[in-house]
Formats: sequence, structure tokens, C-alpha cells
Amino acid sequence: MLDQDSAYDFYVNKLGFKVHTDAPMGPGMRWLTVNPPEQPDLEIALMAINEGMMFTKESAEGMRKLVEGGTFGFGVFECNDLLATYEELKAKGVEFTKAPTQEFYGFEALFKDDSGNWFSLGQKGK
Amino acid sequence: MEFYPKVYLYRRIVKAKLFIDDNYADAIDLDHIADEAFFSKFHFIRLFKKTYGKTPHQYLTWVRIEKSKLLLKEEISVSEVCYSVGFDSISSFTGLFKRVVGQTPSSYQQDCICKQLEIKTDPLKYIPNCFAEMNGWTKKSNFQEV
Repeated sequence: MLDQDSAYDFYVNKLGFKVHTDAPMGPGMRWLTVNPPEQPDLEIALMAINEGMMFTKESAEGMRKLVEGGTFGFGVFECNDLLATYEELKAKGVEFTKAPTQEFYGFEALFKDDSGNWFSLGQKGK
Repeated sequence: MEFYPKVYLYRRIVKAKLFIDDNYADAIDLDHIADEAFFSKFHFIRLFKKTYGKTPHQYLTWVRIEKSKLLLKEEISVSEVCYSVGFDSISSFTGLFKRVVGQTPSSYQQDCICKQLEIKTDPLKYIPNCFAEMNGWTKKSNFQEV
């Protein structure tokens, strides 16, 4: 994530995810995880890309540019009604890069989070 | 695709859902929402349930319970939470909360307080070791000093 506060707002207030753990770890560090409301066991870590942990200053800068540029697709979410979810998320300001489309593998849309990570959104059983 | 079949129908149902999300704390008249969405009451209830799996009234109750869980985590008193999410009786709020969540509001709040305390006193129980070690934490270190 480029910014954990912004990621919190996106995942909790826009996507409707629940906060699983929000633990401060001292100055500038925070362990923040969320889960989809219907999957309390799936814990998604919203980790900040900062120098000092797994990144050097240069690699953190490079990684942030890649994320911001929409390089990474991190997963597939499913909802009960794709058209309704699409309309709701759009109304909340979520950016879709692909509107709901019936593909040979299923009914899907693509959206980006506040950092630039993109996800596929499908509909259960369709 | 922006003009898929029934797009206006979807937008009206979603608008009604978002109205409930924004106004759950007020005395919401669901008949009024149906009127606003240009539906007859029964048509509105049927479409809403088909889309969200709950009737508008069930959804409103669910939103209020979910919001109450967030407020209880902030250590606000049960009575204050009850009224601030739109319920007008503590006994009906407590009964409903217990039926939906499986424990009373005060018991739920106590569990949340214990978890928050545990995150502070024993953070490694919640934070994966690999991540903690990358930050220089060990089981014997005080993470606040790192």
C-alpha cells in the first residue's frame, strides 16, 4: 500500500471490509489487516511499502511506482450480484478499469484500490 | 455496458441501499424509500431482497447492529450505542444483538476491550513473527523501544 490510512478508508469504508487487526508497532509501523465480511478467516494485510523492512530506499521507491502504475493484480473477489455491487462501488468513487462483462470464464469486472493494485470482481455461480 | 438491461432499476435499488447506509441512525420510513425509488412498496421489497438477500427492514436492522459493534469497540456505553444507531429501546437492542451476534452487547464489548489490551501487551500473538522480526522485534523485546 502507498498509504495505510488511505487504504483503511478504501477497504473499510468503500469495500465494506472489516478490520481484523489494527496494531501500532511503534513509530511509523502498523500491522493492519482486514477481511471480507463474509470471510472472517481470510485476513488481508494492508502493508505499507516503506524503506526499512523488506525494502531498501531504492527498491521501495521502485515498488511504489510499480504499484501506483497498476502493475499488480492481487486477487479475485466474488459478490452475490455483480451489477448491484458495481453500481454501489462506482457511487462510492471506486475506479473500475473494466465494467461488468460476460466472459467465457464468468461474469467479471476489474477495479483498482486506492494504491493502484487491481482486483477482479466476479459473481457467484455466474 | 453502462447501459446494460435494467441499469436504472439497479441504480434505484442501490440508491435506496446507500440511503439506509447513510441514515440508519434516523427513524427511517421504508415506505418513503420505496416512494423515492419510484417503486410500489411490495415491488421494492421484492427487488431489494433479490439483490441483497435481505428485506429493506432486515438490512436496516443488520446495518444498525454492525454499526453498534463498531461503537461498542470504542468503549461507548451500551445505552448510548443503542440510541445512537437508531434503536429506541435498550431491551429490544440487547435482545436483537444477542440473537444476531450470539452474545450480549456488554459481553461483546468486554471481549473487544480484552483483545485491544492483548494487542498492546502481547502484540506477537496478532502480528506474524516474520513481519515482527523484520522490524527487529523478538519475543523478549519491548516493541515500543524498537
